[in-house]
Amino acid sequence: MNRIQQKLKEDKKLLSIYFSAGYPNLNDTVSIIQNLEKSGVDMIEIGLPFSDPLADGPTIQASSTQALKNGMTTEILFNQLKDIRKSVSIPLIIMGYFNPILQYGVEAFCKTCQEIGIDGLIIPDLPVDVYNEQYKATFEKHGLINVFLITPQTSVDRINFIDSISNGFIYMVSSASVTGSNSGFGDEQTAYFKRISDMHLKNPQIVGFGISNNETFTQATQHAKGAIIGSAFIKHLSQFGVSKISDFVNTILR
Amino acid sequence: MKKTYNINKKGYYGEFGGAYIPEMLYPNVEELRQNYLKIMAEPSFKEEFDHLLKDYVGRPSPLYFAKRLSEKYNTKIYLKREDLNHTGAHKVNNTIGQILMAQRLGKTRIIAETGAGQHGVATATVCALMGLKCIVYMGEIDIARQAPNVARMKMLGAEVRPALSGSRTLKDATNEAIRDWINNPVDTHYIIGSVVGPHPYPDMVARFQAIVSEEIQWQLKDKEGTTKPDYVIACVGGGSNAAGAFYHYLDDTDVKLIAVEAAGKGIHSGESAATSVLGKEGIIHGSKTLLMQTNDGQITEPYSISAGLDYPGVGPMHAHLYTSGRAEFISITDDEAMTAGLELSQLEGIIPAIETSHSLAIFNQKKFKENDIVVINLSGRGDKDLQNYIDYFKL
Ligand SMILES: Cc1ncc(COP(=O)(O)O)c(C=O)c1O
Repeated sequence: MNRIQQKLKEDKKLLSIYFSAGYPNLNDTVSIIQNLEKSGVDMIEIGLPFSDPLADGPTIQASSTQALKNGMTTEILFNQLKDIRKSVSIPLIIMGYFNPILQYGVEAFCKTCQEIGIDGLIIPDLPVDVYNEQYKATFEKHGLINVFLITPQTSVDRINFIDSISNGFIYMVSSASVTGSNSGFGDEQTAYFKRISDMHLKNPQIVGFGISNNETFTQATQHAKGAIIGSAFIKHLSQFGVSKISDFVNTILR
Repeated sequence: MKKTYNINKKGYYGEFGGAYIPEMLYPNVEELRQNYLKIMAEPSFKEEFDHLLKDYVGRPSPLYFAKRLSEKYNTKIYLKREDLNHTGAHKVNNTIGQILMAQRLGKTRIIAETGAGQHGVATATVCALMGLKCIVYMGEIDIARQAPNVARMKMLGAEVRPALSGSRTLKDATNEAIRDWINNPVDTHYIIGSVVGPHPYPDMVARFQAIVSEEIQWQLKDKEGTTKPDYVIACVGGGSNAAGAFYHYLDDTDVKLIAVEAAGKGIHSGESAATSVLGKEGIIHGSKTLLMQTNDGQITEPYSISAGLDYPGVGPMHAHLYTSGRAEFISITDDEAMTAGLELSQLEGIIPAIETSHSLAIFNQKKFKENDIVVINLSGRGDKDLQNYIDYFKL
């Protein structure tokens, strides 16, 4: 069984953390991952930086831009992660936009992920139908779980379809927004989380976008299996550095 | 089945096109996809579109026989005068169509991206006309380069928001507009300015611009007794004026199509926007097409003296026209374009937009026969570029 599927079976709310690989420094990737695991994080999304991240707000954009300036490439990231499974056992997901993956070669990309021990991919601009028709077999052959997004505007039919072709979790985008907004969650979001929860989908849901602290983490996971934090973590990382990662995680899980 | 260079049912031109968008955009784009052809086919839509093109834009735009230019290059050159449209370029054909589309979809807030500011002005204009709120994203660098158009947009009541991310030019303005749409999925329509972006945009914009070749057909019939020129020539940034000029000739291979790209300071100078030569297949702004990128798939920054051609991709229709060989692609440097712009001014009394000057420079690269009928899409006028021409020629 894939590490993601195993993790989802645990009887707890899951905390997943996103960071942009190559930021703050090119070679921080491995120590960030190790520190996150040590601090009690359940799952990690390793951001493959892209020049034009359409779904991201200013914080993640800036960290991607800096990572690219630092010299990050797909090849370098794979090299950094080569021995990651010797020291880290929690699920690792690569989150990236489709173009860099397309240029690397989808098959080659999936193969390298498998060799490294990557468990899944999140590719926000790879459409559901294109994945289903052209790439599903390749992902599955290499043991990779592809994670799809849904939003408050996604229709019930489409959610059901996405659920039918998913085999890990569904990434529930908290509100109509790019990453990094932190206006908190109101009744509208809670109702949406509950509405999806009440659909009793085969795949559990993990909430992302707009989670920044213990309060929003608790709200988001009231009706969901877990939550993903990106921008708030990157801000903390910018300010306090890799050595203080556990401080951040402790404020969320306290 | 007859070979077609137009779009197929799934939203692709050959292997190019599609809608590679984050799920957050799916409901908006899907709503448009399901409705655009239906709405365009409604009699009331057609009537209003035709009426505005006639009385507001000033169509049909003349097809003008350029006598002195023809004499100089010893061939028959016709200029399709999109420069005479209201707001000074072909861009307004598309914004009129899309504002009517937005109204019928019940949208109350309009966003757009702009590079040179021509599309931004054309969007601000139709928003003023319809009384809709208008926000135009423009790269911080372009805002500084194109001050007169920024002032025009503001005077028309639009808000101009600087794109501060990435290289702070057209591609980043487009990213910001897309992010705005993600943040405002219900009340907002995004008026894209060229035949780029996710399906159905390339096809919708091409259909709104198709009026250009529709008119060329009957205008040429009047003047030359045939609907078919030997060549149709247009410059390509994203490719909307070219798509309009080519549209009704796409599947008629008697008519040769030439797309002119900006070589900037030279194709291999590192400062160029000649996507057909320098680009590789990939994804930009939701479309699978040719784009300039690093080996690692990071989108690179193009360069051209003309802000309207300064885009690292081309629309999927043009990617297909290029790879299939249906259209010939030629690239023109800054210097060649500027010289051709001055030449047209002094031979015909028409100051073209620098974008358009690129297509006019073709006569120094390619020889035509005496009897060839060559139609050039004169996509815009040069008022906005006066400062550039002044600086370049020390006028
Ligand atoms: C006059 C003129 N021509 C051409 C273009 C390039 O756009 P497209 O390739 O979509 O026609 C522009 C863009 O601003 C323009 O203003």
